[in-house]
Amino acid sequence: MEKLRNIVDKFKPQFEKGGRFGWLHSTFDGFETFLFVPKTVTTSGAHVRDVNDTKRVMIMVVLALLPALLFGMYNVGLQHFRAIGELAQTESVLGCWWYGFWRVLPLILVSYIVGLGIEFIFAQVRGHEINEGYLVSGMLIPLIMPIDVPLWMVAVAVAFAVIIGKEVFGGTGMNIFNPALLARAFVFFAYTPFISGETVWVRGLGKGGAYVDGFSGATPLTTLSESASSGTLDFGGYSLCDMIVGTIPGSIGETSVIAIALGAVILLWSGVASWRIMLSVVVGGLAMGLLFNAIGGNAYMEMPAYYHLVMGGFAFGAVFMATDPVTASQTNKGKFICGFLIGVIAVLIRVVNPGYPEGMMLSILFMNALAPLVDHYVVAANVKRRNKRMKTVKA
Amino acid sequence: MSKTIKLKRGLDIRLAGEAEKRIVALPMAESYGISPLDFNGVVPKLLVRPGDAVKAGTPLFFDKYHPEVLFTSPVSGTVDCVSRGDKRKILCVSVTADGKQDSEQFDVKPADKATGAEVKELLLKSGLWPFITQRPYGIVANPADEPKAIFVSGFDSAPLAPDMDFALQGQEENLKAGFEALRKLTAGKVHLGVKAGADGVVSKAANVEKTAFKGPHPAGNVGVQIHHVDPINKGEIVWTVDIQMVAIIGRLFNTGKLDMTKVYALTGSELIEPVYVSAISGAPFVSLLRGNIKRQGRDGKVRIINGNVLSGKKADARMYVAANTNQITVIPEGDKYEFLGWAMPRCDKFSVSRSYFSWLMPKKTYVLDTNLHGGHRPYIVTGLFERYLPMDIYPMYLFKAILAKDIDKMENLGIYEVIEEDVALCEFVDPSKNDIQQTVRDGINLMIKELS
Repeated sequence: MEKLRNIVDKFKPQFEKGGRFGWLHSTFDGFETFLFVPKTVTTSGAHVRDVNDTKRVMIMVVLALLPALLFGMYNVGLQHFRAIGELAQTESVLGCWWYGFWRVLPLILVSYIVGLGIEFIFAQVRGHEINEGYLVSGMLIPLIMPIDVPLWMVAVAVAFAVIIGKEVFGGTGMNIFNPALLARAFVFFAYTPFISGETVWVRGLGKGGAYVDGFSGATPLTTLSESASSGTLDFGGYSLCDMIVGTIPGSIGETSVIAIALGAVILLWSGVASWRIMLSVVVGGLAMGLLFNAIGGNAYMEMPAYYHLVMGGFAFGAVFMATDPVTASQTNKGKFICGFLIGVIAVLIRVVNPGYPEGMMLSILFMNALAPLVDHYVVAANVKRRNKRMKTVKA
Repeated sequence: MSKTIKLKRGLDIRLAGEAEKRIVALPMAESYGISPLDFNGVVPKLLVRPGDAVKAGTPLFFDKYHPEVLFTSPVSGTVDCVSRGDKRKILCVSVTADGKQDSEQFDVKPADKATGAEVKELLLKSGLWPFITQRPYGIVANPADEPKAIFVSGFDSAPLAPDMDFALQGQEENLKAGFEALRKLTAGKVHLGVKAGADGVVSKAANVEKTAFKGPHPAGNVGVQIHHVDPINKGEIVWTVDIQMVAIIGRLFNTGKLDMTKVYALTGSELIEPVYVSAISGAPFVSLLRGNIKRQGRDGKVRIINGNVLSGKKADARMYVAANTNQITVIPEGDKYEFLGWAMPRCDKFSVSRSYFSWLMPKKTYVLDTNLHGGHRPYIVTGLFERYLPMDIYPMYLFKAILAKDIDKMENLGIYEVIEEDVALCEFVDPSKNDIQQTVRDGINLMIKELS
């Protein structure tokens, strides 16, 4: 690696302040620190430091997303071949995956190029180091989009999420809302037809072409939400097993509970995500589901509570979205409270609000907004306890 | 026996280079020095000039705002030089030793017969007063104050820290007199934190309120012990004294002479022979470390630390060892690039994160260098600091309140209870590489400025 280091060192002076490409300093630094952990030594405080850094933290999340991504690619192909009736093709796992790979790749590229581009510009203008946060957001965004979303729409959504959602607050670590969810919310409210309904979840559906008669690209949640008013439960022909394995239409990365669970294991094992949040989201969702079971009233309310956990974006949201350390609650007690409420509100929206089949996104964004308030009260309780200690000492 | 407090939160970092249990008595060095920078909150005013003859215990300078607080020479000889920094700030006063070690004779009573005022006067005159530290803030104690209690930690839990029971062997009488003297300074109790299960010199100390602590570092930090025994609230003052300093205070009362001989642990992976040494405080680092540092390749640089790797100060070999430290650590510098380091398994490096593998090897000792292992970022990860600060405090909220310079919040969130060393582990584990100890010191300085 000495050779590579020499090359970097050769170009480095030109990118320093005052050099020919001084205006690209942050960009160069971003690439350099990606290749080489800098030789900076400690100057104040602890002389030795843990080798863990934010790059490692972020890369663990990307690693945890890989099972969902790889399965998502496979599922894109599977759904597509099912839709066009080429059932023979669906037999080939690799074939399905290969088809999906080429359809998902552009989304990932657009997300990273636009998002990182904006991050680099902001870091450059501010004279900051490039922050790794977008490595995760940039992977999350394609995974929560429908496969047929237009690329320009992804680009606009990414720009909105990064600029309005993150940079105006000061960048990674300062944002209030989860940037990836903000991108999805942006598409959801600005271009509703492209992210809801029956045709967007399967590649190419609804754009003409030969499709099998009667094939519906609707997600189980959509069909469920539509059928519930008529008093029956219709999962669009998919079984609980399909929903757990993930061979159903849906956003690219959200369908397979198994792949997401693998990611959860990686996140919890490496300690990157909070088990408190994950657990309490699941408990919250189950509790609300059980409460609806107890009340009864319509078919949807009587649906077994655990169905909520395996359908739609619940699992993906609980594992990857609700646990974002920056936008989630920051105190341990707050994590339990906010996580629980995310689960409760998500199920509440699904069952009670006929307009939105899925409630996870809005529920997490809502709790992002409330998390500082919850934390405030948790910390205030600590302050109160400590002040009380003072009074007892004096008494 | 005394009650035991079990602490779960914290971390023991196992480093290579633990001092061998053997005390080497070092010969006297040529010159000795004392630096005002080793004492927080002191503005020095000189009392001597280069060329003046001094004895051990002769005042060299005093604190401008508390003129009764004197800083005295540890050895006899002549004042060599006063080194100054920017704006003529006094960095160090050095004395060339004459090797005779004449000492000022102080008028002493046995510690158990002296009154509080007499103890105070003797400590001030002999120059031992500055080793009494005030909490909150970790500054030199104000002689006009009456502390609600005095705390002494009987053990050090930091990485490679000296075993105080070993370092203080044979000092039983001095410890006894020292604690006796401290008792006269407060109407409250004198607390001694001891290591649970230890059965040495320190644990046998009499006439003090003992509390045993069990658990990983920072269980030995006096701040953590105060928090669990008798926490500091707004407006309250406690004093803390290092356990070796208690013995030196006792020695003064027993002999009437200032004898700053103490035991230092020489530790760290870059020493040929990590060992305990007995020396007069204020000796230059070179005299303690000569011939003991490993020679590495042509760019083999080492860092000498006055104290432990977490909260010690970076030192230069020509500088003088402070009296308020018990340990000198030498570790490799880490000014090397590491190709794709953040993605590597890094089996030889230590991390609390389980994305690395040190959790699989709980017995392994590590050679850690001074590399920062990353770039500065805003606080991102949450829930991590709490695991390494065994206090009822929300560390990240406190740090953010300090950054925001919000005095009320700092007060409410616990600024009175912490000094740098208490948050050193938070700084160690922080993946965003913030300089948390400096943040806390800035916060304390702001509090002192705003509230005085």
